[in-house]
Amino acid sequence: MRPKHKSVETRYMEERQEFFHSLKGLDRRSFMKVSAAAFGAAATRGLVPPTSFQPVRLSAGQGASAAEIHIAYISDSHLYEKDVNDRFVRSLLRAVDDVNQLDPQPDFVLYGGDLAQLGQSKELDLGAQILKELKAPVRMMVGEHDWYLDLGEKWKSLFGQPTYSWDHKGVHFVTLLSVVEKDFWTARGMSPMERMKTVAGLDNGVQSPFTVGAEQRRWLENDLARYSDDTPLVVFSHSPLYKLYKFWNFWTDDAEEVQAILRRFRNTVVIHGHTHQMLTNRIGNIHFHGMLATSWPWPYAPEGIPALTIQMSRPDPFNPQDGCGDGEVRVHSDGLVDKIYNFWNRNPVTVAREYTVSWGKESVPARPNRPSY
Amino acid sequence: MSRGMRLASTWAASFAVATLLSGTGSGEQEKKEGQEKPEGKALADSILSQWKRKNPERVSDWMAEEKERHTIQPPADNSDLLKGGEQSIGNVYGQYTEKDVLMWARETEKLVVEGSRIFHDAGALGSTVSVSCDMCHPHAANTHPETYPKFQVQMGRVALLRDMINWCVEQPVRGTRFEPDDERMRALEAYIYAQRRGKNLDYGKH
Repeated sequence: MRPKHKSVETRYMEERQEFFHSLKGLDRRSFMKVSAAAFGAAATRGLVPPTSFQPVRLSAGQGASAAEIHIAYISDSHLYEKDVNDRFVRSLLRAVDDVNQLDPQPDFVLYGGDLAQLGQSKELDLGAQILKELKAPVRMMVGEHDWYLDLGEKWKSLFGQPTYSWDHKGVHFVTLLSVVEKDFWTARGMSPMERMKTVAGLDNGVQSPFTVGAEQRRWLENDLARYSDDTPLVVFSHSPLYKLYKFWNFWTDDAEEVQAILRRFRNTVVIHGHTHQMLTNRIGNIHFHGMLATSWPWPYAPEGIPALTIQMSRPDPFNPQDGCGDGEVRVHSDGLVDKIYNFWNRNPVTVAREYTVSWGKESVPARPNRPSY
Repeated sequence: MSRGMRLASTWAASFAVATLLSGTGSGEQEKKEGQEKPEGKALADSILSQWKRKNPERVSDWMAEEKERHTIQPPADNSDLLKGGEQSIGNVYGQYTEKDVLMWARETEKLVVEGSRIFHDAGALGSTVSVSCDMCHPHAANTHPETYPKFQVQMGRVALLRDMINWCVEQPVRGTRFEPDDERMRALEAYIYAQRRGKNLDYGKH
């Protein structure tokens, strides 16, 4: 039986979906009309975002080449077993629904790591089961929460090796295991669960900093050796491949060495999870983008935020999914990307290719209305 | 370590100190602070080590362990008070010793460290869904205690820090709200305030 009363969330999602449907196949002129109409309708009802969905920006700035590859991403679900906590399970289901409703479907879906909260078999099995519902092919990345109970045994049995690469439509893709920590547990006589819980605490200072490690750096060098400098390169890593804030492992300790391997490529994009927030950086030819989490948003680090980062508004604690979401990456023919943050309770924000190309001068994304404390 | 255990270890330490003091004879009255009689110290040490042998599970230095795990802001340094000034002559109030200053810092820090322990422990918070405060607030980030009291729109009234703590305890943590004078509430408030040391009070800020 259909309920008579529709919740605010249901009405919001219906409006949103209807709006996206209406946009399909519109040229620029009709798009402007729809925008104006939607804005007018919202204005007469006295609504302001995020109460109602409004078209803010849809396409990348003028002059960008058409996107060649369309990637959807879901990241940082931190699943407990559903008997322990079903909130994070419901959030992952919501993200899977979002991605399955994309039309056309993306070339593939990137899962950005931290599928499980404590790396337990039941958590990873549950996650794998839910991700099977995705219609598009899935590329998995591992996070520290998936790894440190059994050092990747279960994760690898479900998803294979965590370090791999492939080519797609002229772009070279690489997925790294970027959460390698120096052994802090043996000397302390920690049990596997104690080790896992230590790593699972973002602000737990007993653990070591994340690294890619010498072994994988050698692998990366070999893997890239056969590609010329003008090959578009997209790297997926769980931690940001630069140094932002060491105390929360928003950090890769051998970032300089990894960047040195990537530097010769004309255009490199790194897409990372772990930080649960909008995050943008550029170091030389390397463009970095963070991903949203489905579980919870992290606060911004007290120092080290890259100059190019436009922060997302402070999340509303009274709204459990605010600041969370999923998103898309549109890879252009030159390998650079439009990065779309699909917030569940806000308008989506696009960090366009032109924004990082122009070092933040053009196509500036929407700025936050509630800054960090 | 439970509260009871900590009380027990505090009690054992006081007992050792009492033994030490009773070991000093009346002829030692003018002896300066810090120059304990060697045999008194030996006796106290031996009693304390006996107690430690009998209670191995209570010996772990929970404060040192918690401070190693989670960076904690130290309390203010009050050593300036020991310098004194001419006005202190003949004035009992304000005559502090190093022991006073050390005791204040340790006791204050103890409450803060206990707060950190609870903040990071879903079990201690009484969570029914394995959620602890640090999952959204690493190092108590984004708790902004300096902005309270303020009108909390979602509650429809003016909120204090403890109202927000209780809101979190009931909602994301899915536990049972704490009474205002609950030891856990006092400890959580202590930790959250401590982590924002040096920030200006700015009540009402949104």
